[in-house]
Amino acid sequence: MGPLEIAGTARLALGLVTGIAFGFILQKGQALKFHKIIDALRLRDFTIWKLMFTAIAVGMIGIYVMTALGLAKLHIKPTILSANILGGLIFGAGFALLGFCPGTCVGAAGEGRLDGLYSGVAGLLVGAGLYSEVYPYLLPGFLKIGVLGKITLPQFLGIGVWPTVLLVALALGTAIWFLDRIDRGTPAKAESSTLAPSPIQG
Amino acid sequence: MVKWVRRREWPWWQAGILLGLLNLFAFYTANYYLSTSTTFSRAAGMILRLFAPEHVSANAYYQAHKPIVDWQFMLVIGLFLGALLASKLSGQFQLSFVPDLFAARFGQGTARRSGIGLLGGVLLGFGARMADGCTSGHTLSGAAQLALSGWVATAGFFIGGIAVALLVYGRRSY
Repeated sequence: MGPLEIAGTARLALGLVTGIAFGFILQKGQALKFHKIIDALRLRDFTIWKLMFTAIAVGMIGIYVMTALGLAKLHIKPTILSANILGGLIFGAGFALLGFCPGTCVGAAGEGRLDGLYSGVAGLLVGAGLYSEVYPYLLPGFLKIGVLGKITLPQFLGIGVWPTVLLVALALGTAIWFLDRIDRGTPAKAESSTLAPSPIQG
Repeated sequence: MVKWVRRREWPWWQAGILLGLLNLFAFYTANYYLSTSTTFSRAAGMILRLFAPEHVSANAYYQAHKPIVDWQFMLVIGLFLGALLASKLSGQFQLSFVPDLFAARFGQGTARRSGIGLLGGVLLGFGARMADGCTSGHTLSGAAQLALSGWVATAGFFIGGIAVALLVYGRRSY
């Protein structure tokens, strides 16, 4: 038992195929569209929020069931509060200025959005490269602040895994229901369609 | 089925369920998870290596995240191809540079879009590496695994994103 963990050249081919599906789904889900992302951040259109919460809920239940059956292993990134919070906020600022996140900016380029390629991918390479240069200086100080290790929400809260899964699933479900009600109730959709009658839907 | 694949868009719940299932596929087949941003560090290392190979091999970050092509690197290339394929199939593929909403706020100039976009991209790349992940690795995958880091970073992404988006665009319609 255990995950397949395909290796070698087949692993690279598998990455490519998984990526093609990833890009395909994001494109069909309208997650690569600049105005959908900005309007999600402006709290005017919750399509992407609902999509994201659904993906997290399905992923969470599936991952924990598969882990219990020995079909998957958890990959918990360590919590470093200083870096997670400050890096997260810097990321958020970039997210709003570019209008894409790293994955959606590559996908947007695939949709023909050259700003995703020339500004987005170029900026990402510079930003990521810059961090590699700064990293050695952050290592002894900043990155030692708020180190909690590879900890999960149930461990942190001191409650069982399955109750947490249930609680988070309920919370996500409620949020999706609530946001969908707002989406149905506001004319946001009508406005964004008059904004962009062209097939670009920028 | 063919008609569904060629549709202009799928409802959010269909795309969301499929994205969650795709992550499970990645966990099972690759023993890994949907994530993208480390690839930009690796690619930056590959480019820098052409000019300063000793510098790259001595850098602590590139020692931990080697400039090589791995599963995630191929995933990012696939992401581009998948979006290209999907948009071609529904006839939505179209070359563009300045998004309509951006133009409504800042004008049609490509220089302004390039500049603001580039600044955004740099912050995005820097922030993702500092936070140790992006909206794929921390949000889609980290939060789904109930990792504390995933939820903390995701809160940062969206607090920062909402604040700056409201500051730049406000809530009004354009």
